[in-house]
Amino acid sequence: MNAEAGTLLIKGGRVIDPVRRFDATADLLLVAGKIEEIGRPDPPPGCPVIDATGLVVAPGLVDMHVHLREPGFEFKETIASGTRTAAAGGVTSVAAMANTNPVIDDPSVVGYILEKARAAGHANVFPIGALTRGLRGETLTEMGLLQKAGCVAFSDDGRPVMDSGVMRKALDYSRAFNALLIQHAEDLGLAARGCMNEGVVASRLGLPGIPAESEDIIVDRDIRLVSLTGGRYHVAHISTRGAVQAVAAARARGLPVSCEATPHHLALTDIAVGDYDTDAKMSPPLRGEVDRQALREGLAQGVVTVIASDHAPHDLDSKRVPFCQAANGVVGLETLLPITLELVAEGVVNLNAALAAITCNPAQLLGIDRGTLLPGRPADVVLFDANEAWTVDAARLHGMARNTCFHGRPVRGRVKVTILAGRIVYRDGD
Amino acid sequence: MDAMTQLHEEIVMTADAVRQAVDRLAQHIQADVTQPQNWVVIGIRRGGAVVARLLRDRLTQLRGITLPIGYLDITFYRDDLDTVGPNPLVGATDLAMDIDDKHIILVDDVLFTGRTIRAALNALFDFGRPEGVSLAILVDRGHRQLPIQPDYVAETLETQRRESIKLVEKGTGEFVVVRRLRA
Amino acid sequence: MTAKRSTLKRKHLLGMAELSRTDITQILETAASIREINYRDIKKVPTLRGKTIINLFFENSTRTRTSFELAGKRMSADVVNISVASSSVAKGETLIDTMITLQAMNPDVVVVRHAEPGVHALLARHVDTAVVNAGDGGHEHPTQSLLDMLTIEDNLHRLNRKNFEGLVVAICGDVLHSRVARSNAIGLRTMGAQVRLVGPPTLMPRFAEEALGAPVFYDLDEGLAGAQVVMVLRLQLERMHAAFIPSVREYFKFWGLSRRRLACAAPGALVMHPGPVNRGVEISSELTDDPERTVILDQVANGLAIRMAVLYRLCSGRVVVEKEQMTTDATLKGEGP
Ligand SMILES: [Zn+2]
Repeated sequence: MNAEAGTLLIKGGRVIDPVRRFDATADLLLVAGKIEEIGRPDPPPGCPVIDATGLVVAPGLVDMHVHLREPGFEFKETIASGTRTAAAGGVTSVAAMANTNPVIDDPSVVGYILEKARAAGHANVFPIGALTRGLRGETLTEMGLLQKAGCVAFSDDGRPVMDSGVMRKALDYSRAFNALLIQHAEDLGLAARGCMNEGVVASRLGLPGIPAESEDIIVDRDIRLVSLTGGRYHVAHISTRGAVQAVAAARARGLPVSCEATPHHLALTDIAVGDYDTDAKMSPPLRGEVDRQALREGLAQGVVTVIASDHAPHDLDSKRVPFCQAANGVVGLETLLPITLELVAEGVVNLNAALAAITCNPAQLLGIDRGTLLPGRPADVVLFDANEAWTVDAARLHGMARNTCFHGRPVRGRVKVTILAGRIVYRDGD
Repeated sequence: MDAMTQLHEEIVMTADAVRQAVDRLAQHIQADVTQPQNWVVIGIRRGGAVVARLLRDRLTQLRGITLPIGYLDITFYRDDLDTVGPNPLVGATDLAMDIDDKHIILVDDVLFTGRTIRAALNALFDFGRPEGVSLAILVDRGHRQLPIQPDYVAETLETQRRESIKLVEKGTGEFVVVRRLRA
Repeated sequence: MTAKRSTLKRKHLLGMAELSRTDITQILETAASIREINYRDIKKVPTLRGKTIINLFFENSTRTRTSFELAGKRMSADVVNISVASSSVAKGETLIDTMITLQAMNPDVVVVRHAEPGVHALLARHVDTAVVNAGDGGHEHPTQSLLDMLTIEDNLHRLNRKNFEGLVVAICGDVLHSRVARSNAIGLRTMGAQVRLVGPPTLMPRFAEEALGAPVFYDLDEGLAGAQVVMVLRLQLERMHAAFIPSVREYFKFWGLSRRRLACAAPGALVMHPGPVNRGVEISSELTDDPERTVILDQVANGLAIRMAVLYRLCSGRVVVEKEQMTTDATLKGEGP
């Protein structure tokens, strides 16, 4: 007699469920695509078994900042290829940013994306709706209808909401739906024509810089607006010390403010731009060491509660141009876990906190029932070898794009098996 | 580069021998100088420049007249651009005099393949149209690759192709000719 | 000549930042020897016969292009000029396409001028041909810096100096957008000079002191005090629209060089300008035309010699110099008057 589809016993792994600080060697039983039991479960007859000895068994990762590029930019990435690289990175849930073409500012686009994601079947896709129509920063989108269609947050990511009046109304209105607003915090007047961090490296390379203050100012302003309205506010890809300090102060005051940091801002500085390497160009730019340290401290102190990849795939031609003309962004789904584990190895955070930042914390912010191994939840699970050393190779990534800023970096922590609703969607070496 | 540290070096003409050789050249040449006002000595940098200066001084002693002297750098006329180093040493060409209708004594230290002389003649003709050119050489080491013969030779030397024969300064104002075996 | 090995192993000239003191000295010496060719009746040597040089200019610059063109031609190279209007390369991918197309013609050197910083690094990564940076946005312009240094070297005796060591050079004006300033600050410091940067705060790169190793002065008189060389930078008039400075009138009043302001510098200080001069904007007309103080025309003449030296250096072959050759040459260095 065969076990029901989506039924699986994962035996002998180190099971970690960050949300309840569970960390013990145990068996994990998945039945019919749901988490059934942790401990010494009694598997149904004919239940397939995975030996997880020596591996960490954790909730499938949740990446709350991903650009899937479809619809509109299928030459950079598609929903299928983007979720394929997600699965290879142990990521089972991605929040997809709204800057597609057409923009996700209409329920029909949300439906299209969800359908494509279901068909591909590599990972869950949770669309993020645009905050303003056409990302123009002028009029609000239909947050209520978009939320009903499946949007888990709202953002104009790629560009900020520059108009304070619009931002105030957005924060105010979002309260009706308890919606999360995600800001790409960058004062465009200060950023001007800048294409990397304003600092010694930019001055040496003769590249126009973007001062850290361009982020600080928007975060400061928005926090005042949160205080005015009570809307839920999240800073995307936080990159500066000033912004981390502002978020820390706001959280201390009990304001509904949170932020995420990317692996690249936590691991690298503007020195990585080197000899005009366009694969080290993104928005916000890689900052100085003071900022990087502030981000790491923020993570250690629970100010930065989420690590998100800001996976931003680009075709070769968008990057093989002069630095200032090159597109912003790096891919990151497959390096999210190893770079996060690097922070554990360097003593910045413990393993539980690190995994929380890429599982339950973003899931809770987005209000999705993922990122945990609680019985009854969808059986999204990742199995990884925390100690296996490997070297990031752009050519061997599983998505369409090659623009990683970690090419050639020796890392530790390799995804072995990714399970989506009880079904194996990725296995290392296949 | 490091292979060159195992260099075998031997002096084939002492400072005295060089002086005597220059003297022989001067003796040969002075007999032909019938109209000194038309004659010019031109040395090819770098070794030829030394010989030219010594030769001119000797001619002055012998004849009591001082011939005008010039220096030619042939770097820009060489036919082996692809094999010279990335930072080729370039000396200054210094031809202050008018060479039109003059008789040139072109001087070099060592005559080998003839390519240097070919380049020097090309360079020379970019400066004017001399009435004639004679070639004076301190050491003829053979292995010619071009139809070039010297008019005045002080010394001939049996050499291997792979050897290098050079005029070098040993001590101030003392010049010797050395033979080195290329590794 | 020093027997040290050159650090310029790659066959490109992308910026002063990659040149050692030995490299710079060698280029200046070669250029000084080459200069004589430009005063002959027959201003041509066969050195680069059979070599092809492409001038690929994405930005208009008649001066620089002509200088490179003449430099190639005087050494008997075949020189092709290609001007690409900036608008048609706004979509950057055609840049590499253009370069790859040109490479099919198997040129020996491609001289590139482009408005974007770092273009040459990009090209050097994707093509095999030797690349010479003839100016990339606000980054570097190495041949301008080399010709400036040759001009200074010619005048060292006037300044009672034997070399660049300790020479005080004030670079004045729009340092932020100036590749000339960047290349000179880097190159002159490599040669041991003391460089100062002078200009309004809005036209100064942030962290300039750390990035370029030169102290910053916002007051012209202070910056000029004791300077033996004053390099005046060209002010792009469009800077006004981007709110970097309020007006030309105010700029000239506070940062323009005039005979009166020059009195703050060391007696006999040299005045240089990369050209073309905006008279009455960054430098007074009267001072521009004073042959006692300005060496702007010498700069142009030296530019030709420097470019000949650079082309020669890039076209000549082997990377490893034989030690024997070097010792022998060193032995006889300076023979003759
Ligand atoms: Zn963003």
